[in-house]
Amino acid sequence: MRKTVFKGTALPLLLLAPQLAITAIFFLWPAGAAIWQSLLQEDPWGMSSEFVGLRNFTEVLAQPEWRGAAYNTLIFSSAVAILAMGTALFLAVQADKSIRGANIYRTLLIWPYAVAPAVAAVLWLFLFHPSIGLVGRALNEAGIAWDYKLNGNQAMLLIIIAAAWKQVSYNFIFFLAGLQSIPRSVLEAAAIDGARPVRRFWTIILPLLSPTAFFLLVVNLVYAFFDTFGVIHALTGGGPGKATETLIYKVYVEGVQNVNLGSSSAQSVILMVLVIALTAVQFRFIERKVHY
Amino acid sequence: MASLDVSGLRKSFGPTHVLHGIDLAVEDGEMIVIVGASGCGKSTLLRIVAGLETATSGSIRIAGREVTALEPAERDIAMVFQNYALYPHMSVEQNMAYGLKIRGLPKAEITRRVAEAAGLLGIEALLGRRPRQLSGGQRQRVAMGRAIVREPKLFLFDEPLSNLDAKLRVQMRAEIRRLQRRLGVTSLFVTHDQTEAMTLGDRLVVMHAGHAAQIATPMEIWARPADTYVAGFIGSPAMNFLEGTLAEGGQAVALKAGPVLRFADGPRAGGEGMPLTVGIRPEHVELAEGGILLPLDLVEPLGSETVLHGRLPGGEALVVKLAGPAPDAPSLPVALPAAALHVFDGETGKRLDP
Repeated sequence: MRKTVFKGTALPLLLLAPQLAITAIFFLWPAGAAIWQSLLQEDPWGMSSEFVGLRNFTEVLAQPEWRGAAYNTLIFSSAVAILAMGTALFLAVQADKSIRGANIYRTLLIWPYAVAPAVAAVLWLFLFHPSIGLVGRALNEAGIAWDYKLNGNQAMLLIIIAAAWKQVSYNFIFFLAGLQSIPRSVLEAAAIDGARPVRRFWTIILPLLSPTAFFLLVVNLVYAFFDTFGVIHALTGGGPGKATETLIYKVYVEGVQNVNLGSSSAQSVILMVLVIALTAVQFRFIERKVHY
Repeated sequence: MASLDVSGLRKSFGPTHVLHGIDLAVEDGEMIVIVGASGCGKSTLLRIVAGLETATSGSIRIAGREVTALEPAERDIAMVFQNYALYPHMSVEQNMAYGLKIRGLPKAEITRRVAEAAGLLGIEALLGRRPRQLSGGQRQRVAMGRAIVREPKLFLFDEPLSNLDAKLRVQMRAEIRRLQRRLGVTSLFVTHDQTEAMTLGDRLVVMHAGHAAQIATPMEIWARPADTYVAGFIGSPAMNFLEGTLAEGGQAVALKAGPVLRFADGPRAGGEGMPLTVGIRPEHVELAEGGILLPLDLVEPLGSETVLHGRLPGGEALVVKLAGPAPDAPSLPVALPAAALHVFDGETGKRLDP
């Protein structure tokens, strides 16, 4: 590649400015404000604030509600990741076969990704609402007591399905690309070596997909941690009780509903640290391993 | 070790007919080379024998057992691919052991066989490496090793040498031949390279547009090609073809370029004036005083031999290969010895024998 050398620093700075400005305005400033806010305690009317050091953090970590939300997040995000990745992998393997209309099939599978989280939630609501939902009514008529507004486990199940459904498309694209990059002849060699399709999948295809799978695992966890607010908000609002309140949802409840800005900021800082850790693990792992 | 019988094998991809009825009988321990230009159906034929493609009609028998409908796994064959197709996430040892593990051989037996094959191929030192840490020649050896350990009934080679550089290719070619002789495994070898075909095969199958144009030993194909395609494909530089008609009651050919040549081996059947194609290999054309004057447009000195390109009076191209250097002249008199002529039907291109 050709390197361009600028005379002086004015032009390069000018060219970098938009990107730097975006990073500063939309990331550094709010993140900095959150960190600063997390060290303060504000009075209920927002008239004055007091520096309290790390007290917000110690209080948050000691709260049983916060621990409950952390537990919910753990269940929710691992279930979403497993469900979304498993479904996507299954669909990608099917789409990788030479079938009639493969292109249409692939395009259709990618569509859900273009649906906004809240819209996706409404869609699932219309399906699973106990009194107006198609599936919800059918379940109740079949004698299964389905009401996610009363049953916490059912509510959790519903937001897991809705959140996973959104993410299947994304995973599908990556898995399909991963599958298509496996040389045909390698699979043919395995077939000649005596491996049946199921065995080929477990001993050849899956190991060769593992870099893709690991990347997707981190992406899916981050998605489940942060990008599922819309789905939860529209479907269950964290309820019934606090059965579906995840960490990100609790940040909202604490800050917007309870107007406890210090505590809410402390929680979002904790989340920020978590995602930074996840990303770091991913980069370390990808650098070290798995490129064949 | 086994025989292979292919009979009436046809393959179509939709309306495209790729193979038009191939019949081939390979004896136990024989090495058959399938050679042809790209798109002639040679790889398809190999893949059908392997079970990677299904035949449209016809049958395949390995060691007398009908395998046409069987999966590749059930055919007891091994294949070496053009791009080697090693499993990238496994070590060399695991690559070689994979097929044996699937068959549930005891661990000790697997280790023994892998070590034996590695010794045979000189790759003992590489057993712990991954394929991406190997050079092209080493990968090729591992691919061979993976085939050998299986002790299959049939070896299939799909242009395994075409990704190697010229020097390594010659070396591996000899190695494959030695190994195949030593193990005595029936083999099918696909290539587009006529030198590979001539040196490797006990017999060759020259494929042309989905047909087996000729199946014979390399020397027989060289000496008595069945049609103009085979004649032009085997031999380098390619055989010269000259147009002519049958003359003197079938005793001779009147060349479009002028001279009338009497056949050395007897008359050909056919009416006076029947169109013929006469073939003569460049190395058989002689320089002779009083011959046809050949104006030269290109001289290629190759050291031990010289290749001359010229045009006969009728405008037909003629290539001459001389042992040693050529006399320095703008045109040379050449003669076409009657004993070296190959006579083909001018319309069908089929060989005409007396």
